[in-house]
This record gives sequence, C-alpha cells and structure tokens, in this order.
Amino acid sequence: MELLNSVIMTVLRMATPILLAGLGLVVSERAGILNIGTEGVMLTGALFGAIGSWAGKSIWIGVLCAVVGSVAVNLIIAFFSITLKADQTVVGTAINILAGGLTVTVNRSVFGIGTDNADIPLFQKIEIPVIKNIPIIGAIFSNQTILVYIALISVPIVSAVLYKTNVGLKIRSVGENPRACDTLGISVDRVRYSTMFFSGIMSGLAGIYISLSQMSSFTEGMVAGRGFIAVAAVVFGNYTPRGVFIAALVFGMADSLKYRMQASSYHVPYQFWLMVPYIITIFALCLYRKNSNKPACSAKPYIR
Amino acid sequence: MEFLQMNHISKQFGNVTANKDVTLSIKKGEIHALLGENGAGKSTLMNILYGMYRQTEGEIYLDGKKLNLSSPQKAISNGIGMVHQHFMLIPAQSVIENVVLGLKDNKTVLDLKSAAAKLKKLAETFHMEINPWEKVSNLSIGEQQRVEILKALFRGARLLILDEPTAVLTPQEAEALFDVLRKLKIEGCTIIFISHKLKEIMAVCDACTVLRKGETIKTIWVKDIVDTRELAELMVGKTVELTIKKEKTEVGKPVLILQNVSYQNKKKVQVLKDISFQVHEGEILGVCGVDGNGQSELIHCITGIKQASKGIIMINGTDTTREKSRKIMSRGVAHIPEDRQKYGIVQEMSIKENMILMSYLHKPLSRFGFLQSKNIENYTKRICDEFEIKAQNTDEKIMNLSGGNQQKVVVGRELSRNPKLLIAVHPDRGLDIGAAKYIQREIINTKKKGGGVLLVSSELDELMDLTDRIMVIYHGQIIETVSTEKTSLKELGELMMGIKNNVEEKNA
Amino acid sequence: MKNGKNKTLYDPLFSLIYAALSVIAALIIAGLVMKIMGYRPLNSYRYLLQGSFGSINSLCETAVKTTPLILTAVAFSTAFKSGMINLGATGQLYMGAICTTLIATNFDQLPRGIHITISLLAGIAAGALFGYLVGLLKSVFGASELITTIMLNYVAAYLVSFLVTGPMKDTKGSNSNPQSCQILESAKLPLFVPGSRLNIGFLIALLVIVLYFLFFWHTSLGYGIRVIGLNENTGKYAGISKNLNQGIAMAISGGLAGLAGAIEILGVQTRLTQAFAGDLGFEGIAAALLGSNSPIGILFSSLLFGAMSSGAGTMEMLAKVPNAFISVIQGLIILFIIGRNLPAGKIKEVLIKKHVIKEEEAIGIIE
Repeated sequence: MELLNSVIMTVLRMATPILLAGLGLVVSERAGILNIGTEGVMLTGALFGAIGSWAGKSIWIGVLCAVVGSVAVNLIIAFFSITLKADQTVVGTAINILAGGLTVTVNRSVFGIGTDNADIPLFQKIEIPVIKNIPIIGAIFSNQTILVYIALISVPIVSAVLYKTNVGLKIRSVGENPRACDTLGISVDRVRYSTMFFSGIMSGLAGIYISLSQMSSFTEGMVAGRGFIAVAAVVFGNYTPRGVFIAALVFGMADSLKYRMQASSYHVPYQFWLMVPYIITIFALCLYRKNSNKPACSAKPYIR
Repeated sequence: MEFLQMNHISKQFGNVTANKDVTLSIKKGEIHALLGENGAGKSTLMNILYGMYRQTEGEIYLDGKKLNLSSPQKAISNGIGMVHQHFMLIPAQSVIENVVLGLKDNKTVLDLKSAAAKLKKLAETFHMEINPWEKVSNLSIGEQQRVEILKALFRGARLLILDEPTAVLTPQEAEALFDVLRKLKIEGCTIIFISHKLKEIMAVCDACTVLRKGETIKTIWVKDIVDTRELAELMVGKTVELTIKKEKTEVGKPVLILQNVSYQNKKKVQVLKDISFQVHEGEILGVCGVDGNGQSELIHCITGIKQASKGIIMINGTDTTREKSRKIMSRGVAHIPEDRQKYGIVQEMSIKENMILMSYLHKPLSRFGFLQSKNIENYTKRICDEFEIKAQNTDEKIMNLSGGNQQKVVVGRELSRNPKLLIAVHPDRGLDIGAAKYIQREIINTKKKGGGVLLVSSELDELMDLTDRIMVIYHGQIIETVSTEKTSLKELGELMMGIKNNVEEKNA
Repeated sequence: MKNGKNKTLYDPLFSLIYAALSVIAALIIAGLVMKIMGYRPLNSYRYLLQGSFGSINSLCETAVKTTPLILTAVAFSTAFKSGMINLGATGQLYMGAICTTLIATNFDQLPRGIHITISLLAGIAAGALFGYLVGLLKSVFGASELITTIMLNYVAAYLVSFLVTGPMKDTKGSNSNPQSCQILESAKLPLFVPGSRLNIGFLIALLVIVLYFLFFWHTSLGYGIRVIGLNENTGKYAGISKNLNQGIAMAISGGLAGLAGAIEILGVQTRLTQAFAGDLGFEGIAAALLGSNSPIGILFSSLLFGAMSSGAGTMEMLAKVPNAFISVIQGLIILFIIGRNLPAGKIKEVLIKKHVIKEEEAIGIIE
C-alpha cells in the first residue's frame, strides 16, 4: 500500500508539467496553432519564475513573473504565426533557439555560474486533512504542491469550457474552418490570440513547476524536451483535455520509472533509464488514430 | 431607389481592379441573377455586400438606409445572408452547432436544445427537413446546402445571396433548390443568384445583371430575353459559338476495357461494384454522375493510383490491373486530372518544371539520371507554341499564369505525348468560355487522331456536345449507358438520381 | 509565404538586401539586450569580430566552425525539400560520431587514406540509418517527425554518454571528464595550416554544397523529391512515391549530419566526449532557415554563424558575454527574416480603413 501510494504520488509529480502545458496546448491547437516553441516558453517560465521568486522573496511573485514572461514569449510566437502568417514550425524553432541562449545568458548574469541558489522561496507541499488518510485517494490529494492540484482541477474545467460554452465552440470552429467563422463575423485572429494567451499562462506554470517544485532552482536546459513531449501529449491524447490527462500520466509513469530503476540494484546503466520517457513518447506517437480530432486547419495561417 | 441599391461600387486589390463603377438595383422580393464569367467580379461584389471586403468607392443602401458594412457581423445584423460556393460549414460538428456558431445572443453556456427546436420550426416553414443533431459530414451536398440556407434564415436574413448554388447539384436537386427559392420569395425574401449557367437563370430568376471584367454591362428582365445566346454575348463581349461541331469518326478496337471491376476503400465501403465497359479508338465515352458516386475512384483504378479489389483492367490489350501509375502512363495513357491546383501542377515550380512532370525520367529529357536543360527548354517551348500558352518565359512560376493557361500546360503536357487513351476529368472546370472551348476542341482532336477518350464531367451540356456515348454512374455502378444522339438532359438527370425507366433503383 | 503573385518578394537581390538588414536589426536588438544586462555591446561585437576574422588563426577557426554548420544546414534543407522537417541533426550527428570513433580507434594496420575513408563512411551510414528511421516511423505509423527527431536527439545523446562512461571509456583518462580513447593517427584528417585546426573537412563541406545544388536542380531523383515536397498529390499522379522519396531524403539528410559528426571527431575533437556537439544541430537548422534552403544562402549563413561561433569564445573571454548569447542573435535573425511577410501594404489599408470610418462617424451618417 505504501508502495502504491508512493508510486501514485511520483507519477502525478512527474506528469504535472506535461499536463499543465498540454492543457494549454490543447486549447491553442484546437484553434489551429501548432506551437513547438513551447519548449522555449516553458524555459522562460522556469527562469523568470526562479528570478521572480528570489528577487521578490515570495513564490507568488515568482509565479507572476513566470506567467508574464511565458505569456510574452507565447504572444510573440502568436504574432508571427497569426498576424505575420509565418511558418509555425520555423517560428517555434527560432524561439527555442533564442530562449535557450537568452535563459543561459540571463541566468548567468543574475545568478552567476555554479551558485547554490539556496535562498529561493519554493512551492510548499500542501496537506489536505482527513482526505489524506483515505487509501489511494489520500495519496493523490495529500502532500503535493499546489500546481499539481491546479493541474488536476483544470482537466474538467478546460473540458467543460471547450465543449459546453460559446467560447469553446468558437475555439473548436476556428481551427476546423476559419473561413466559415470569418463569414459569421467571428474574429479568427482574436480567438487565436486569446488561446495563445491562455496556453502561455499554462506553459508558464509548467515552467515554474519544473524549476521551483520539482527542483529548487533554475538549471540550464532543465526543461529537457518536455515542451515537445507536451505537444506529443496533445496528439497522443487526440486533442481532448481528458486525452492529454491520460497521456501526461503515461509520461509521468515513464519518468518516474527512471528514478525507481536507478535506485534499485539492476545493473542497467542509468542513461538507459533516462531514455525511457523519450522512447515511450515515440511509441505513443505511433499508435494508430482512427477518428482523429485533429483540427482540419491545424498549423495553417488564415488569409482572408 | 430600390430595396437594395449599390451605387458606383469600385474595388481595388493593389493595382488590380475587381469592380469598376458597378451599380446594382434590386427590388424587394425579386430573384435577381448576377451573371458573368470567372473573374468578372461577381463574387467580389457580393463579398463587399456581405462585409467580407470593403469597397474602395461607392455606397450601399438597404431599404433606404445607408450601410457601412465593415464586417460580416454588420451585414448579418442588417439582414443580409450569404451561401458561398464552397460551403462555410464545419463537417466535424453537428448541424445545430454550425447554425448557432457566432450568434450574438448565445449565452456563455450554450443552450443547444432550444436552438434546435427553433431550427426545426424554421425549417418546417419552408418545407425543409433537417436533423439538428446530425454531423454535417454525414449529410449529402444538397442537405448541406439547405443547412447553409437555414443558417442565414436563422439569423433573420431578408436578403439572401447564393454564390453558384447549383455547381454541385444534379438537375433534380437544382429543381428542389429552385422550389425552396420560390417559397422564400413568397415569404418576402429577396434573392441574389450568382451564376454563369444561362439556362438556370432563365428558369428561376426575374431579372439579370451582366458583369464583364468588373463592370456592369446591362440589366435585363428575364422575360424579355429571347434565347441564351444573347446572354452569352453580353457575358463575353463577342459572338460566341456555343455549339461544337461534332464529327463522326471511325470507331476502332478497344483501347480500354474494364471487366467486373470492383473497389473497396479503407473504410470497407464498396465504392465501385462490378463495373464493365469499353472505350474504343476514335470514340469519346462520357462518364456522367453527381460527384461522389465513384467517378474519382474509377479513374484512380484505371490510372494506377489505387488498385481495384476485383476485376480486370486492360489498356491496349495489356492487363494493367495491378500496375502502378508510372507504368500505366508509359503505355500511351494521358490523364487530365480533376483539380489542377491539387493534382495537376506544382504551383511554386516553373512552367518548364511542370511541363516535364510526366516524362522527366525518359530520354531526351534526362540521361543517366541527369536532367538535360537544353532539351527540356526546347520541349517546353514547343508545347507552349503549339498550345498557345501565354507566358513571358519558360522559367516563370506557373502560379503567375491564369487558370486557363495553367490548364493548357496540363493539357499540352498530356496531349503532346500522343496518347492512345486520354482520361479527362472535369477538364474545363473553373475556366472561362474561351479556354474551355479550346480544351474541348483539343479533346475532339485526340479522337480524330484515333485515340480513345474517357471524359468525366458533371456539365451535362458539355457531355452532350462532345461525346458519342454516355455512361451514367450511380452509387458505384453503371446504371445505364446511352447513345448521346438518342438521349436527353431529362433522361440523364433522372439516371444521375438513380431513376431508371421511371423506377427508382434501390441501393443495389 | 503562399501569397502567390508578389513577385518582388522572390527577387534574389531583394532577398539578399533583406537578409543583410535582418542581421543588422538582430545585432541592434541583441545589443540593446546586452546593454540592459550590463554588458557593453559595441565592445563585445568588436571582440566577436576579432575572434572570427582578426587573424589567420581566427579565420581558420571560423572555417572549422563553419564546416559542421554547412553540413547540418544542407541536411535540414535536403529533408525540407521533400516535405520533412528534420530537427534531429544533433542526434544523427552523434550517431555518426559514435560509429566513426569505433572505426577510428581500431584497425591500426590500415593505410591513412583508407582508414579515413571508411571512418567517414561509417559516420555517414550511421547518420543515414538514424535519419531513415524517422522517415520510416512517419510513413508506417504517421508519427510526426517534429517530435520523433527531438526525442531521438535525447536518445542519441544519452547513448553517447553511456558509451563514453562505459564500453568506450578511456581508462587512462580522468573520471571527471569521461572520454573515449583517442582516435588513431591514421584516422586523423590532414591539417592544412600549422597551428590551426583547419582540416579537409572544410573542403568536403564546400563540395557538399555543390552536390546539393547539382542533386536537386539537375538530377531526376532530386526533381522528384522536390515535386513531392511541394505538392504531394501532383507527385502521386505523376507516379512519384512519397514514402520512398521522403525516406531517401531523410537518409541523405541523416547521412550528412552523420558526416558532420564524423568530421568533428576525425578532424577536431579526435575523441568522443559527452555533449560535444552542443547546439550544433540547431545552429545548422538556423543557418538553413536564414539561407532559405538555397545553396548560396546556406554557404553565407553558415559562414556568418560559424564566424559568430568562432568569435564567441573571444567575446566570452574578453567581454564576459556568455557563449550562449550567440543563440539569441541567431534566433533574432530568423525572426526578422520570417517577419518579411509583414505586409507593408496591408498595414496601410488598415490605417486607411480606420481613418475612413472615423470620418464618417463624425458626420453621423453610419449605422
């Protein structure tokens, strides 16, 4: 029982950044934007969150900075994709390169090389009384940082918004047939920008989760491909919030596996365990999709 | 001032003039046709009326009120609705979601149930049947068009614009549409009907305004028109020979034989069932039917893009059932595909590079895997001269050519291989009359030179003009093959709907 | 980019001018960023320039840094021509490096020419297979190469790490900086200029650019690949197989990246170490994008980025600006290049629209 609880907790911890970023991406993907620059956006969130928390001496200032930084970068991607109608893969790649270099430079400039970063306020674990004693459910709801709970609660919320509200109908329609929406008086650009705003927030939260919840400071390259895995999670989850949730859990399991195995007495070199999440993602992408929910106009700029 | 008054409308796109000083007056309750060739400016004018574009000059008045149509929202709130030529529907969603999309009074949480009830009531008023919960992708083209009309009516449209509404309908479905329009007229709707089909305009419209090269030429009452040639001349600006001289040629041995060919697609649907027919030297066999009855798959099986699941296909005496397209094309087969943008040309490549598409692997265009530039240049120049393709030089990107010239590149490329079998699918779709007639003449030339032609088309007039025999395809089967001389448009229309000898065929 | 009839945008001279302007604009913005962070931009740029072109040694170093960039750029462009986006140059480079090292650290009886040749071939083959794998995953399973290539990058990097700390480890070396054994003398690429690291890899890279041009614009196979990349449907109708051609393109692409890895090992590093490639794969992609996937474009942008890379060391040493800042400049350059779609005419139209409406509102006529 202890083992099961511990496994569930670890899986959720590992799944959270994918889930957070993935939920944001589902929304912007449904509106037609393929955002592979998410890696750079999350990196920005991770760094800005660390700086904000350290400078403002409060984790919540960190969150604010992370979100502001990520939304800014995401809106730049949005500007190039939506208004300038540039190739979305090129934009994403450029932002990843840029963010990679910028975060390293700013990190060295602010924190210096090889600093201990011992003084950054981090996310605190939250325990929910009473519930924490219930088997299994207790493991989920106790002893996690707040972003885990936010991620979990966001699944039904995003789902409800996407499928039951007016806004959600517009978002889904804009990705399927932007011209049809235009003829009905819907501003395709405005809807798309709004979804990018939302996914910027979510990617920012994912970023600061990586730096200040999973870890305790910013390290260069710490997102380690998880921005891409979040994009893959959307595909694997067939563009639905519930699907992304399952995909994030699968990834969480793969990621937690590496810690379990490293700690055990197997003689397999640790590098192979580190490879597992990436290989699992490749397998996930290979699963055949019969009724794909992929928006018909995914990654296509809308030109009137 | 009439109900709809568009005065001195001009529209510039950069240095291209789409509309020049156009004036349009329409009375309330009129069904008014807007006639013109492709590029005449009809769609642009209507898109201005619908708020998609903003006019460079001119004013619009509806019921006496001056309108500033800066967006479709504005147009919709003024009671203007538009049904586009390519439907503005979302196939993955239900009818009611499509109808309700973007409505101003939508609450935050959608109430689809009451909207669906409202929709049903509205549909009944116009004797239209509709299931609000059906996914649009499951509807037929005719049903989808009805959804589009209901969408506009749901938003309170008093002025309805229809852009080439019968382009994808059978004659019978078109009649059904005209009935709906007549009912709408009775209920007080004003309708603008964009078309280039002269006969339809005569059938259902009260008045007609002709546009040519962005300008209004004339507005006439339909009852004053003597025959369609008058309209055609107004449209084109010169005397138009509407009939093609059909010549009788000697019919030789078969170049294409299909025996019991069936095709099952990936979704396990029997798209083609037991098809047998022959095309002979010196003959044009037409394939007639509403889009989606298996014509595309039939052509794909013959040309090797798909493989028939049963049956035999023979070209010039050789069994080509299992062969791939490259092999088949090398057997003297030419193919003018159905959508040149999608299947016929590569937009970003030059005329030269498009011209060699089918023959680039052979001498003299390539040797030991290397392309021979000089030979390619000469080859391209020769075909451009022969087929009167207007371009500055052969390195020009093909996307800069007009639609007609692009299609001529495709036709020239295919016909200069002197095919024994020509497969032409909707060869003059989207072309103006001049280019269309040119291509039709080339098709007849192929027949005169002793080749066999399989012509797939949904333009019944074209089929009547060009072919010797016509095969009607319905639900993947050949329901009937008729001699062109002996058949009529009425008979073809019925066959296209599955009605044979006045008895409707059940799903065989 | 599909705005069709805008001829001026395709005018090569205009492209060149625009590219130069983009570089300048990027340098200005980057300079501003530097200033905000407390560095001195003009000073830093001076050291950057010095480190790239300031001496014979710098020039040689620029050539050395340019070599893998040219190869990874052509790799990206080759795949791109077929419609595949290969973000996996880094991984394919590592696989090439691994196999090259395996051959180069063994077989000590071989004459130099042969040893070098088969080491290079091993690298090309490894990269080609790794690249072909991506193509296979796409054609059989529909797995998007955007993601699979990135995933395989990490897999390859971890493989290098494992080999270098395990089976291929140099037992005589230090433990804190694991590395493979040095490659044999007979496998090292000949150097040109004494005192520098310039080797024939640079010439190989230049040759590759020429071959790229010849392949895609003068051979039937290259033509077929371009058709498939531009219009899959038309290609199908012409009998050109998408899967086969994309597979070939990915194999060539991976092979070129593998060659980059091989040359790095045989000519520069002389042994395999962890993460030695850094961001080489993505810098190559950046160079390809900046160069619009054209042969001349790739040559110049690779030279530009190679120069920056070579000068960055000096810049870091003397102006204290981190090496990684070069990525900021590169990213900005790409953004400025794709920003050329900013339709100047459109902005005018919007402004006029607003102005017109304002006027009429004032007169009170409109709805």
